[in-house]
Amino acid sequence: MFSVLQGVCDPALVALVAALVIGCSGIPGLFLRMPGLGQLCATVTTILAALAGLPAALMLLFSSATSTYILSWGLPFGLCELTIDPLSAFFLIPVFLVAAAGSLFALGYWPAAEHPSTERGLTFFYGILASSMAILVTARNGVFFLMVWEIMALSAYFLLATEHEHEDVRRAGIVYLIATHTGSAALYVLFSLLASQSGSYLLPAAGSLSALPPAAMVIATAAFFGFGAKAGIMPFHIWLPSAHANAPSHVSAMMSGVMLKMGLYGIFRTLTFFHDPPLIWGAVLTVAGISSALLGIAFAVAQRDMKRLLACSSIENIGIITTGLGVAMLGISSQNAPLAYLGMAGALLHILNHSFFKPLLFLGSGVIIHATGTRNMNLMGGVAKGMPKVAFLFLIGSIAICGIPPLNGFVSEFLLYFGLFSQLQTSSLVYLVLLAPLLALVGGLAVVAFTKLYSSVFLGTSRSHGAVHPHEAGLTMLLPMALFALLCLLVGVMPQWALRLVAPAIASFMPLVSDIDQTNYVLILNRISMMTLILCAVAIAAALFWRWRLGYARVTKTSTWGCGYQRSSSRMQYGASSFSEMAVSVFNGIIRQKITRPALKGLFPEATTCDDKPSETLLERFVLPLCTVAGVSFTFLRRLQHGQMHVYMIYIFATLFVLMLWAH
Amino acid sequence: MTNSIIHIFLALVMPPLLLGVIGKTKAAFAGRVGAPFLQPYYDIFRLLHKGTVFSTTTTWIFRAGPLVALATAAVAALLIPFGAHPAPISFQGDMILYAYLFALGRFFTMAAALDTGSSFEGMGSAREATYSCLAEPTLFFALITLSRLSGSYSLSPMLVNISFGVWLDSGAALLMLVGGMFIVLLAENCRIPFDDPNTHLELTMVHEVMVLDHSGPALAIIHYAAALKLFVLGAFFVHLALPYATGNPYLDWVLFIISMLELAVVVGIVESVMARLRLIRIPQLLVAATILAAFSTLLVIR
Repeated sequence: MFSVLQGVCDPALVALVAALVIGCSGIPGLFLRMPGLGQLCATVTTILAALAGLPAALMLLFSSATSTYILSWGLPFGLCELTIDPLSAFFLIPVFLVAAAGSLFALGYWPAAEHPSTERGLTFFYGILASSMAILVTARNGVFFLMVWEIMALSAYFLLATEHEHEDVRRAGIVYLIATHTGSAALYVLFSLLASQSGSYLLPAAGSLSALPPAAMVIATAAFFGFGAKAGIMPFHIWLPSAHANAPSHVSAMMSGVMLKMGLYGIFRTLTFFHDPPLIWGAVLTVAGISSALLGIAFAVAQRDMKRLLACSSIENIGIITTGLGVAMLGISSQNAPLAYLGMAGALLHILNHSFFKPLLFLGSGVIIHATGTRNMNLMGGVAKGMPKVAFLFLIGSIAICGIPPLNGFVSEFLLYFGLFSQLQTSSLVYLVLLAPLLALVGGLAVVAFTKLYSSVFLGTSRSHGAVHPHEAGLTMLLPMALFALLCLLVGVMPQWALRLVAPAIASFMPLVSDIDQTNYVLILNRISMMTLILCAVAIAAALFWRWRLGYARVTKTSTWGCGYQRSSSRMQYGASSFSEMAVSVFNGIIRQKITRPALKGLFPEATTCDDKPSETLLERFVLPLCTVAGVSFTFLRRLQHGQMHVYMIYIFATLFVLMLWAH
Repeated sequence: MTNSIIHIFLALVMPPLLLGVIGKTKAAFAGRVGAPFLQPYYDIFRLLHKGTVFSTTTTWIFRAGPLVALATAAVAALLIPFGAHPAPISFQGDMILYAYLFALGRFFTMAAALDTGSSFEGMGSAREATYSCLAEPTLFFALITLSRLSGSYSLSPMLVNISFGVWLDSGAALLMLVGGMFIVLLAENCRIPFDDPNTHLELTMVHEVMVLDHSGPALAIIHYAAALKLFVLGAFFVHLALPYATGNPYLDWVLFIISMLELAVVVGIVESVMARLRLIRIPQLLVAATILAAFSTLLVIR
């Protein structure tokens, strides 16, 4: 297939055209009268475009070639270059993959027949979002980058506000909009400073800027703020949980699986501009990363809303990736090639892995919410009996995201751990290894969060009274999930191949690691894949042995052993909140959970309710009060905002005039 | 090759004996004769011939629980060196796999417990989840200390390296490590003071309550896997606390067996002289173990 494509045309052109086609995929639906036809058309187009774009991106990645196209746009901001280098190509993979899978999923999840009023807009903006992200990673002009960035941010807003008749959704949308524009403000600073440093709006070439002048420090800080806000690194994560929870599930999958990575891409890209970065950059990234990971997963443990839990775990995963990046930067600053290589390989592979298992879980959550009609895990249970296939696929995602062998999450965390351990014998960065126990704690908490999620949703019996009989999801919903599950398995069982996938992206922008000997790491990953096979073999042998023994004696089926109590009901089960209550109480300082317990009086207390609600400390204690103060102190400015269009145009004209005078 | 065969043979055959020795020690302290040393083997054999009861609430997860627990413990047994002999499989970074294998087993054990929909089993898995996530960092601090002391990134050289010479050099660090790891050993294997395997009250159990609904051969597998886990974690601990080595391969195997039995006696003594802790005290003790291990790490990397 590769060679055929090569013969026809340049893969970079194929990837760009594929991105544009995905962007236009929703347009026919806006004009077609028949509901559903436009959606089907968009899905088919998106899948076909992704099928062309994915091999092209892989080819670009492995050929390590850089192709550049120039967009003649006639704007006074210099050349508008579209360049695909291995780093861009690497980030194109999740974009195409998740866009196609989510689009197929939408056919079953958000069918036009059931949502005639919202489907068109959803399909249209979904295409725009995917397309803008694909173009974003190729943009090499600062102004163009910002334009595409805004298109991405706004289309994500429209997607997330699909069900704007609910108040929660509107609120989440506003918080998202404010957060993303605060981030964008930092990006304006970043790109203007970059332009003043390099003399043009074209992004500087790799390693062309010095990290020494104070402006470099400002650039790095602006990038950390602006891109960190999009990626959801703590403390800029405030928009993330509610936005992911309130969007339609395939949109959540896209946002979490791909859009957060665009923030990371920005950080990666900005770091490539500089040669010899100071140690402090790596240190800041590492500290921000590990605290995001720890706090993110601690919040996840306390959640009772299924999608909020997944969103908080996104913060954790972004934290792990940022830790890897920070560790790699420390390696670069201290000329330590193995550390730089392992940190970067862990970070990049985790980006890929996260874009496999998180969409899988979000799509699964969509199916479940569809079937049960709630997002509250305390009301779910026993779904696995109605939908065994979804239960199986979701299990794969849950194990993968915990970073447990034999699935893909383990591989990337392993590389990071190994990088940390490899510093034990050095003298300079030896304290870095203290991150390993913290990462282990993150892993342990992830197991708590995801056993909670999986068991309270799929296992036991249904906890709500509503007569909901979940039935297996349709093929269009199962197929994308199965694809992601398969990818999780593949990376987990053959990690050495996954390492080859990230190697070109690393080598492309870290000259330090280009001459590192990878065979040792490939060998180690080979061993891990061997251990995985042994593990499976032992499990299968034990299963066969058990089957053999089962055949020799009576097998009876009865109700669960209630320790002598005969009238147990499904409401007596351990629910999601009761499962995590103990862990939450141990980590009381980090996680806050408002529990309103009823006061029981007398011998025969009346029926009452107990309620628990995880609180978002940062948003509720700091950001919202700050916004209130700002709102009160700037009320005088609201006189300018009165809804009269012609006066607004006068504002614009006056601003432009003043700026022109100033420039003159 | 011979050593690998002996290694696998010991890992397959010896684990239940530890439980027998613990039981006998406890009986001796209580002034009873106690069950024979081989009683756990009889129990497992007996269970394998019994019928099975499945709850109608359960799904295939319930059946996968014991199998995965066994498989993970068995693979971990291949990675850990027994006595002075290196493990059959050893590669750089295997200690991380070793630590995470237990997480896999735990995930399935907890999910299998919650699959029954019983509130007792839910209680058990909630406790297990909390305790194990507190125990996880301790193991990593131990691995860091050992890796630093031996200069290697693999379990076999790391553990075989510990000798009386190392004890003389960095005795303080190792002493704290032994303290921390002993607490983790007891907590991970659900022994007193964390959990009482013999209690009759489901409300107070941790591990035993998670397997309430398993019966027949599945229960046999669970008992065996638990014994294997004790054996594997015990072998890790024995390297730290009793690093005997003679140089003679056969004598070393005998020494390993003796030191494992000594460990079982010590666990039995702890169980005889201590009562179970209150549930809310357990996290505090586990954090204390982490701090101990962290101290030892600081001592060696300063």
